[in-house]
Amino acid sequence: MNLTSTVTAATNNAKKAFLDISHIDMVFPTPTGGFTALKEVDLQIEKGEFISLIGHSGCGKSTVLNIVAGLYQATKGGILLKNKEVNEPGPERAVVFQNHSLLPWLTSYQNVELAVKQVFNNTMSKGEMKEWIEYNLKLVHMDHAMHKRPDEISGGMKQRVGIARALAMQPEVLLMDEPFGALDALTRAHMQDSLMEIQNELNNTVIMITHDVDEAVLLSDRIVMMTNGPEATIGEILEVELERPRNRLSLAKDLEYNRLRSDVLTFLYEKQRKVENISTKANVAPSTLKKSVNEK
Amino acid sequence: MSSTAVNMNRSTMTEKMLKVFKSTLSKITNAMLLPVIGITIFVFLWSIAAQSIHTSLGEFPGPNAVVKQFSSLYSEHVAERDKAEAFYQRQDKRNAAKLAKNPQYVTKIRAYTGKETFLDQIITSLITVTCGFLVAAMIAIPLGIWMGLNKRLNASFNPIVQIFKPVSPLAWLPLVTMVVSALYVSDDPMVSKSFLTSMITVSLCSLWPMVINTSIGVSSIDSDLLNVSKVLRLSTFTHIKKIVLPASIPMIFTGMRLSFSVAWMVLIAAEMLAQNPGLGKFVWDEFQNGSSDSLARIMAAVVVIGFIGFLLDRGMLQLQRKVSWNKSSVSV
Repeated sequence: MNLTSTVTAATNNAKKAFLDISHIDMVFPTPTGGFTALKEVDLQIEKGEFISLIGHSGCGKSTVLNIVAGLYQATKGGILLKNKEVNEPGPERAVVFQNHSLLPWLTSYQNVELAVKQVFNNTMSKGEMKEWIEYNLKLVHMDHAMHKRPDEISGGMKQRVGIARALAMQPEVLLMDEPFGALDALTRAHMQDSLMEIQNELNNTVIMITHDVDEAVLLSDRIVMMTNGPEATIGEILEVELERPRNRLSLAKDLEYNRLRSDVLTFLYEKQRKVENISTKANVAPSTLKKSVNEK
Repeated sequence: MSSTAVNMNRSTMTEKMLKVFKSTLSKITNAMLLPVIGITIFVFLWSIAAQSIHTSLGEFPGPNAVVKQFSSLYSEHVAERDKAEAFYQRQDKRNAAKLAKNPQYVTKIRAYTGKETFLDQIITSLITVTCGFLVAAMIAIPLGIWMGLNKRLNASFNPIVQIFKPVSPLAWLPLVTMVVSALYVSDDPMVSKSFLTSMITVSLCSLWPMVINTSIGVSSIDSDLLNVSKVLRLSTFTHIKKIVLPASIPMIFTGMRLSFSVAWMVLIAAEMLAQNPGLGKFVWDEFQNGSSDSLARIMAAVVVIGFIGFLLDRGMLQLQRKVSWNKSSVSV
């Protein structure tokens, strides 16, 4: 596995990937010395690819995303987007944050407007901007609540507006940090369908962090599975070659889908099983055993 | 059968009406009746206590004496206005007569120089406190924003703010007085020195709560919102205008309300010592005057000072409600 991944990385490098996450280390300073969160994270992404990052919490998925966004600086290695180094945040790498982070004092329209004005100030007329803002809000089915403020709409709707804001920047790469993590299961499924629909239309390059195995398999072209931290790195990469458009109902019985799903599950719960869980189970097991013995 | 149903309906209707009636009654009780009862008890205790306190200026004023002084203060105001009116009429007449005798005569119009009435003094005080507060706000809010944005600046300025915050206006006043009389030298002054002295003292004391609250408000903005600003690459100016200011408006206004209360309290002390013709001077003059009515007049001033302070705070609260996006952050 290790050998093949390095080989593919080398060939991709030769082709000059669209987005090159190149041999990244991330060390956070702590009072007791450096904490190495990421070690040798290396990933090449093609234009129009949908990548999911999956792994246990605390494994550094968000750190990877923040480095690509330019919000963090990698300690070693770096990011190349279209062969240009990334070292500060910018609208060409729009981020959809986990908790929507809309400005609470602006309406949905105004939130998107802030982004559009910033990005297209010199290239669009006022009328074009208005059309573009409305187009993006329509894309996420939020045109009916354009002039409502975040506290007047539901969590799922807020996240839609957050996505609309990111899409409206026409980013080269769309970065999503657990975009649906805070939503209930039904709303989440609905949002995933919407996202697939949008992706079908726009074919963006997307990196999405997720905890949800089904979400990862359903949406992605590749699933990047990360090992547990510290010194987290890419464990395995899973190619998802399911035909698009994908339908969650028909996929539920699909063999390939279920194989991919069980691959991810195996990685997460067997190969990268969280150590804490095992130790707590180990502590619990003998006492329960004793009890059952006593009862007998 | 049907008649019993109607009866049942009726009884539930009356029950409902009774419930509505009861809830509105309790609302009225809470909002109106209880404060009235509280005030009545206070006035009653006050009048009893007043009767048993004997000072060198006579008995401590009870509610009756204070109410009497209110009406006499008002009639004094009316009388003074009549006097002023009469003065200007006489002056006009005299000028007209002189002009008739000698067409080359240049008329002189002199302002009436009678003493300020209680109402004039209230207005002077309001003007002084507003000016002092506005000057403080113009310095404090930008400074607070700057400190909130820049951790190093905050670390270097914060000790100074913390040290100056608890300083009493009485300590500042002599310094301010001397500095004003040294620097503000003009043959035709726009405002009097006493006004400037009280105003600056008010500013110095009301500055700090605004600085502290603004800087806390700015430095505690949600990091997600700051990340949005970074991803959008907002310029510093747009960042402050679109993100920082709206996000910290609730805290800024909390600081402004605190400051305004401080300003109003400080003003009375400042006017007393600076002899600015406002409510503070009124209290001081009455104290120096020492007539049998003096204490009652001072007590009347106390009531007015309290009432105006309350109204100013309510005014600020209304303003805060109006500009705040986060209505839940605005509390009494």
